[in-house]
Amino acid sequence: MTGWRMARAPLSLRQRLLLQLLGIAAMLAVLLYFTVRTVAGQAAEATQDGILGAATTAIAEQLRAGTEQVEIDLPYDAFSVLGSISEDRVFYRIDVGGETVTGYEDLPPPPEATGKVGPQFYTRPFRDTEVRIAAVTRQVVVAGQALPVLVLVAQTRQGQDAIAERIANRAAGLGLGFFTLALLLSLVAAGSVLSPIDRLAEAVARRGPEDLRAVDASAPRELVPLVGALNGFIARLRAALGRTETFITEAAHHIRTPLATVRTQAEIALRQSDNEATRQTLRGVIRAVEESARSATQLLDHAIVVYRSDRMTSDALEFGALVAGVVASIEPAASLKDVDLRLSPAPQPLPVTGDRALLESAVRNILDNAVKYSPEDSVVRLSLAAEDRRAVLRVEDRGRGLSGLDPASLSGRFRRGGNVADVVGSGLGLTIVTEVAAAHDGRFSLTEREGGGVCAEFSVPLQ
Amino acid sequence: MRRILCALAVILAPLAAAAFPVEEEHVFPGTGTGSELWILSTTDTEYFAPLLTAFQARHPSVTIRYTVTGSASVYTAVADEGVACDLAISSAMDLQMKLANDGLALPHASTAQLPDWAQWQDRIFGFAQEPVVLVTSRKALEGLALPRTRRDLIDLLRDHPGRFEGRIGTYDPLQSGAGYLFATQEARQSDSFWRLAEVMGANRPRLYASTKPMLDDLESGSLALAYNVLGSYAATRAAHDPDMALIEFEDFTLTLLRTALIPKGAQNPELAGMFIDFLLSPEGRRLSGQQGGLPPVNEAALVQTPRLRPIRLDPGLLVYLDRIKRRAFLEEWAAAVKQP
Repeated sequence: MTGWRMARAPLSLRQRLLLQLLGIAAMLAVLLYFTVRTVAGQAAEATQDGILGAATTAIAEQLRAGTEQVEIDLPYDAFSVLGSISEDRVFYRIDVGGETVTGYEDLPPPPEATGKVGPQFYTRPFRDTEVRIAAVTRQVVVAGQALPVLVLVAQTRQGQDAIAERIANRAAGLGLGFFTLALLLSLVAAGSVLSPIDRLAEAVARRGPEDLRAVDASAPRELVPLVGALNGFIARLRAALGRTETFITEAAHHIRTPLATVRTQAEIALRQSDNEATRQTLRGVIRAVEESARSATQLLDHAIVVYRSDRMTSDALEFGALVAGVVASIEPAASLKDVDLRLSPAPQPLPVTGDRALLESAVRNILDNAVKYSPEDSVVRLSLAAEDRRAVLRVEDRGRGLSGLDPASLSGRFRRGGNVADVVGSGLGLTIVTEVAAAHDGRFSLTEREGGGVCAEFSVPLQ
Repeated sequence: MRRILCALAVILAPLAAAAFPVEEEHVFPGTGTGSELWILSTTDTEYFAPLLTAFQARHPSVTIRYTVTGSASVYTAVADEGVACDLAISSAMDLQMKLANDGLALPHASTAQLPDWAQWQDRIFGFAQEPVVLVTSRKALEGLALPRTRRDLIDLLRDHPGRFEGRIGTYDPLQSGAGYLFATQEARQSDSFWRLAEVMGANRPRLYASTKPMLDDLESGSLALAYNVLGSYAATRAAHDPDMALIEFEDFTLTLLRTALIPKGAQNPELAGMFIDFLLSPEGRRLSGQQGGLPPVNEAALVQTPRLRPIRLDPGLLVYLDRIKRRAFLEEWAAAVKQP
């Protein structure tokens, strides 16, 4: 059930921010609408009540004590002014001593006497409509007797309803405008709030693979812990890489030096011993030491390749010169086996870009293999050429070949062919070559030769 | 022409059902069995006939019954008797206002644009405005300057005691709704009304319930002055009688609206609404002004002529209809005019 939820990408910060801001804006807009409507409605009602009350009071103030009865004179303007805001129907009623003397007798009286001088307002259904009524009570003394006079003026509220509707429409427009403005401002605000994060991400993404400096982009307070953690991580990584490099160098030194000593001692002992059994043993020791030294070299080579391929240098190199250098270093080992290394250089220079140590390691491993698997007193041909914008090194031997094995499977780490049990090897050589080729956008292939042997082809792009 | 003659066939027989006094009743028969539009009006048929026939020309199947009565009768017919007429047309704006205020008028969504003082809600529609004027006989005032203001008239009457004895005509506000409206509005506008009433009262004025006999008496010479006459009627008479002079007082001249409303009991309110829209349409305004002699509502004319004071359609009109107020006003008026 939760599968689809987990599959959904989490909301981006921008989306979250926008959604929340818009949610708030929508709430405020609705609140604004109702507030404006309510306040304006109340204001409209207060205005109309004010006029209604004034009209009622104006009539009440025209009441005079006559000799026999209360004199009533309706002021024209009191009624006329009621029509000034809206065209509403007007009703009135005047009671003297509890009896209706003029007006609409069925106009509802106020619910209770308040004893106030000011008008009392209430809303009642009246005939076919509903009216707002203002009531004013006055005492008028006629012939020594105080008579209560009740003045009621009522007005329908169609005009106020129309005003309320108009205000509601305005308020709705106002709310909508407010929301639209908030939408635009939210977009700007989200962009501005998130810009430090974007800047930081960009600063980190722009770094090269070897750039392990601390991130020093100025970050807002909330991002300072993140930047701190990132910098701590980078520092630890840098230290770890440094330690690895030191370890590899130290290890190479600490393994190869004692092995070389053991070998020298064993060779001296071999020369000094006449006992055939002892000599046999010493030869075994030398062989084992050789194997160990070789393995150690290759392991270290491989470690360096792995370590360096993440942080390769890009040197401008001449591929021919590089190969010639390696050939010169292999020559002594080859001559021990009477293997003749014949290098045919390319007619033109072969400029390439790459890591010198890695490329040398790859070429050395190819030549090493070729020499190792060649029978004694044979020839290994090396040829250099520029083909299809690539510098190509071909190494052809007359060794035991691949015996039908898949060349790709030989590139696996610690994999060796099935026909090499008698030859010293770690199975790392071709792995190194393949990895160096991959790191340099190069190619490496092994093919069986006609008449026995293998042709190894290594190429990297020309500059 | 034949059609009009036919349409103007006067039916003088009073309706047995109607409790109000019918002055005239005309039926304009439509073709076939169309519905009937019954108009109860204070406006004389001759002024309305062009409008009625033009409306009928557009809706030939409609039969129009046009009944003329007094403005007080129009009110009582609708308010008290529940007469099922489709349209009530009256010059007594206050009574029309009271009908609508008391919920006895139906709303009509008119397409016409009227100034707010000439319309109340969507229930009362003013379609003609006319000044309330003084009509004099030039012969009777021979040698005297025509009065231009109420003050002039007061002076004229004071300076010539006896000359106008019994020769002044005006409405009886007790009998005529329009007369009561003019008197009350004038009293509201200016104190000179009461002084004038007293001066007229000294000349024993003759009181009329309607305009026609007043103008008849002026034409025959038995009256020298007719005070507060509806401008449209007077103008029609004056057009034929060069002896008559119409005077719009310069201090102020009340301007009355003839209004129409659809009573609650109307049988054909849609038809009545169509007639109101026709009255207010450009065609209706043209016919009413040029052929009927009822000038249409025209705000620009009021602005250009400052002496004209329109009586506004607003709840203030209800004040003088209050029974206490009315009694007090009439008592005061009687005391001023009916001097021993």
